Amino acid sequence: ASTLVVAEHEGGALKNSSLSAVAAAAALGEGSTVSLLVGGSGPLLRQAVAHAAKAHPAITQVLVADWAKLDHDLAEPWVEVLVSAAQHSNYSHVLATSSSFGKNVMPRAAALLNVSPVSDVVSIIDEHTFIRPIYAGNALCKVRYTGSGPCILTVRPTSFPASDSMKHEVAAPITELDISSESSEILRRSEWVGQQQQESDRPELGSARVVISGGRGLKSKDNFLMLEKLADKLGAAVGASRAAVDAGFVPNDMQVGQTGKIVAPELYIAIGISGAIQHLAGMKDSKVIVAINKDADCAIFQVADYGLVADLFEVLPELISKLPEKAKLSSQP
Amino acid sequence: MKIMVAVKRVIDYAVKIRVKPDKSGVETANVKMSMNPFCEIALEEALRLREAGHASEVLVVSMGGAQCSDTLRTALAMGADRAIHVSTSHSLFPLTVAKLLQALATSEKPNILLLGKQAIDDDANQTGQMVAGLLQWPQGTFASKVQMDKEAVGSVTVEREVDGGLETVKLQLPAVITTDLRLNQPRYATLPNIMKAKKKTITQITPEQLGVQITSDLEILEVFEPPKRKAGVIVASVDELLDKLKNEAHVI
Repeated sequence: ASTLVVAEHEGGALKNSSLSAVAAAAALGEGSTVSLLVGGSGPLLRQAVAHAAKAHPAITQVLVADWAKLDHDLAEPWVEVLVSAAQHSNYSHVLATSSSFGKNVMPRAAALLNVSPVSDVVSIIDEHTFIRPIYAGNALCKVRYTGSGPCILTVRPTSFPASDSMKHEVAAPITELDISSESSEILRRSEWVGQQQQESDRPELGSARVVISGGRGLKSKDNFLMLEKLADKLGAAVGASRAAVDAGFVPNDMQVGQTGKIVAPELYIAIGISGAIQHLAGMKDSKVIVAINKDADCAIFQVADYGLVADLFEVLPELISKLPEKAKLSSQP
Repeated sequence: MKIMVAVKRVIDYAVKIRVKPDKSGVETANVKMSMNPFCEIALEEALRLREAGHASEVLVVSMGGAQCSDTLRTALAMGADRAIHVSTSHSLFPLTVAKLLQALATSEKPNILLLGKQAIDDDANQTGQMVAGLLQWPQGTFASKVQMDKEAVGSVTVEREVDGGLETVKLQLPAVITTDLRLNQPRYATLPNIMKAKKKTITQITPEQLGVQITSDLEILEVFEPPKRKAGVIVASVDELLDKLKNEAHVI
């Protein structure tokens, strides 16, 4: 396979989730080539390109689209670049992570290339056969791409683990793409206005080793602060159920579930979450699941490895006081 | 201004789905079907834009077998003005749906095409983006807020739910918008409106009349159940929980 991977970067480095897309591209077969497309402008782009060139042994080439219109995740300019790159080099596959960026961009590009994309791939059987969840993960679908154009995929990062530890010494060659001919009228019709982002020094939800999530049972915004204390002790990220987001306790980017983030940490602790199927869809691939809820009948206990039927307002302070400080835990970074 | 809304008939979100024994798909016989929840949100948003005076007509479209008209009837009862049913017995993948929508948009010339961000059956999350690409219209996907711009006529500001929080984009009309969960709370159809909806027209049209050939470059080989998690244990206290996490699961 010759694959184009569309990468995302942040703060001058490739995102770990994009390394997962590289890992998936490498899984397409022996001797696969992987060209990584990195776009944006300025010094952060250059840092990201330098990082990308050594980020993963499977990367055979880094393509750079130095264009300010790609600084933000705007679908229209990204798709223009992506489609011309795909047509120029006849890639057999084009891949991205099924992040909000990948989900926004890849289907649009696929339509312009007249192919059906396969979204949210969790397993690669062979070059053209994939498994993806349907019905919020209550069923899995094995699907084969039979078209003649490039096979376009978004992959679920938790299914293709990769990390910065894949780094190697030999840098892949870097090629600058010529984007000077991009002048389609569509570029004038959309404009990035701004972004509201939560600043946090906690690990990212999607890649944290431990995730602690709260639900409607937390009852208020203030009570969520107790989860933060627990998260501090465990070096964990904090997530939430849709009900907690809808109730205004926390912002949308903390939502774990079918339409929020998909997580698969070593340890997932669900506190005051009943376990609607939409929530389970987002966390049931976690290695160890702990559920704390006062209702013994709620669905979350059916997927939990360890359940504690108790009032979370009694359990939380006890848990926090009985856990050692983070430094004393043998947690990996 | 005209708004076109695409809606899909799916297994009701509250139904626990069952995989067919022959693994060809999911059991749909004698199963409650409803309008896809994200499509309901798209329709609700279109109705609110019309009620706020931004639009004069809400056209609702759907594609598939005869029973799609039930879903369109529901949409008319919620308040849509007119409906088009693209009638076909073929199973449709998002690329074909996008081509059918492209053909409808080309003839109907809506200013906004509103869709749900994904259908809760195939969870593809593709159709809106694909039709936007085919039409060469800008796209505002996963919308949690839609605002018609007052100072700049012919544009819309869309707040989007993205991994890093909320992003705002400004789009020139015509544009495609796909809706996320928190955009609005869809209304229920009232009895008088259900009665009125019976008199509204649902135009039938075929893919051939729209000049769209139904082909497919995807093949569903098998649908199967995900592996079950093995049953866990209920612990009696915080101490027992911490002990298990430390000495049995080795995660803390």
